[in-house]
Amino acid sequence: MAEGYVRKDGRKNDELRSPIKADVGVVPNADGSAMFQIGKTIAIAAVYGPKKMHPQHSQDPEKGTLRCTYNMNSFSVEDRIRPGPSRRSTEISKITEWALNPVVMLEKYPNEVVDVHINIIQADAGTRCAGINAAAMALADAGIPMKELVSSISVGKMDKTLVLDLDKFEDSEFEDGEGSTDIPITFTHSGEITHIQLDGKISSEQLKEVVEMAKGACDKIYEIQKEALKKSLMAGEGEK
Amino acid sequence: MDTGKLNADKIKQSLAEGKRFDGRKPEEFRKLIIEKNVSKKAEGSVRVRLGKTEVIVGVKMAVGTPYEDSANQGNLMVTAELLPLSSPRIELGKPGFSAIEVGRVVDRGIRESKLIDLEKLCIKEGEKVWTVFVDIYSINDDGNLLDAAGIGALAALKIAKVPKYDEENGKILYGEADRDLPLNDVNPIPVTVHKIGGFLIVDPTLEEEDVSETRVTIGGSEETISSMQKSESASLTREELEKAVEIAKGQWGELFKKVEKLI
Repeated sequence: MAEGYVRKDGRKNDELRSPIKADVGVVPNADGSAMFQIGKTIAIAAVYGPKKMHPQHSQDPEKGTLRCTYNMNSFSVEDRIRPGPSRRSTEISKITEWALNPVVMLEKYPNEVVDVHINIIQADAGTRCAGINAAAMALADAGIPMKELVSSISVGKMDKTLVLDLDKFEDSEFEDGEGSTDIPITFTHSGEITHIQLDGKISSEQLKEVVEMAKGACDKIYEIQKEALKKSLMAGEGEK
Repeated sequence: MDTGKLNADKIKQSLAEGKRFDGRKPEEFRKLIIEKNVSKKAEGSVRVRLGKTEVIVGVKMAVGTPYEDSANQGNLMVTAELLPLSSPRIELGKPGFSAIEVGRVVDRGIRESKLIDLEKLCIKEGEKVWTVFVDIYSINDDGNLLDAAGIGALAALKIAKVPKYDEENGKILYGEADRDLPLNDVNPIPVTVHKIGGFLIVDPTLEEEDVSETRVTIGGSEETISSMQKSESASLTREELEKAVEIAKGQWGELFKKVEKLI
């Protein structure tokens, strides 16, 4: 395999961006909230609920509903984007719901809804993954029963070389050879895949490698998420 | 009105003794914290905290066409999004009236005070001018989002840089700052005065805001009032309005001093 691609920012191919920061309880009004930063991408998430689902016809008598909303600040990217929902943000909202749903235990909340609001403050690729990472922590912070956490990362193929955690250049400007393929993946801690997307082209052999790389990275992210949650539990003892 | 009547009565009783639940005086703001450059793709951005209330304001610039009646001037656009993330009360969906009001009142405060020297943002008369976008996002609503947004807008504009513009190719070189955003020497800050049971207060918490009968936002700096808006149904007497203006004037200077120190 050709190893021609050298990363502009000097990272190794399997190196995550830095800094990686996680913090819990960033939105005091929310029932649970968290911030997740990786490189220059910053996401915050806030959870409200469980609460009654309105309108009534959207209620599920079997179990509660997880409802995610992904929103980017207009100034989080170079060319200002129009505030408010777009086709892209609508899709990412749904993808986020699907990424989180398998670990969230909503059987105890029939006819109710748990709202997860994600806001991208600064964007430099990988915003959906950062949003999912923040959302998982916010749900845990809100005390929503979960089987385990999920962690999310994107793997890229730059021409023929696999790299971890694409930055903006790698995600949207790199065009050499086969160009850039972006594969965001979300893993449960126990190793199930709850989300995968792919834009570009790749062989099935290389895809296996991609999944392996992503799992390794998600294990690292999991530790950071866990630490932040632990820290907030320690600090919050006696409160709330 | 989410705070019950009991709470309302209690708030009014305290005010009669010149006291508020959090120990502040009627004309006292909560602690102001400003963090700069919280979103680095913006030409200028700040996080503003007033107590537990938090907003993020960013300035973006783009090249567009001028309006016919101001062919030699840049454009200004102020938008506020009150995110459902920031409060259990904000519903998903199209912007509610509060968001529109915050955007419009902050817009007028900046526009009418002539804070931005829009003529210096003309690239080619009648054809190309800079548009300045000021976008406001609520992160945590504990009352008085409007004043926090106005303070944030001023602070973000003060630190904003105009990107380089490659006229030949019509391309904006973001990240290559050319110059500071051209501003005039005014520092408009909105101060919203609320009336609760005949008492006037500033910078209400959410529970105070809930029992507020009416409010008037007064924007300006030093001796000049540049924008005003009274909201909600209850009326103000002439004396109350005069007093509200005095209160606001007293706060502008104080708040601006803090803003200056923090940026």
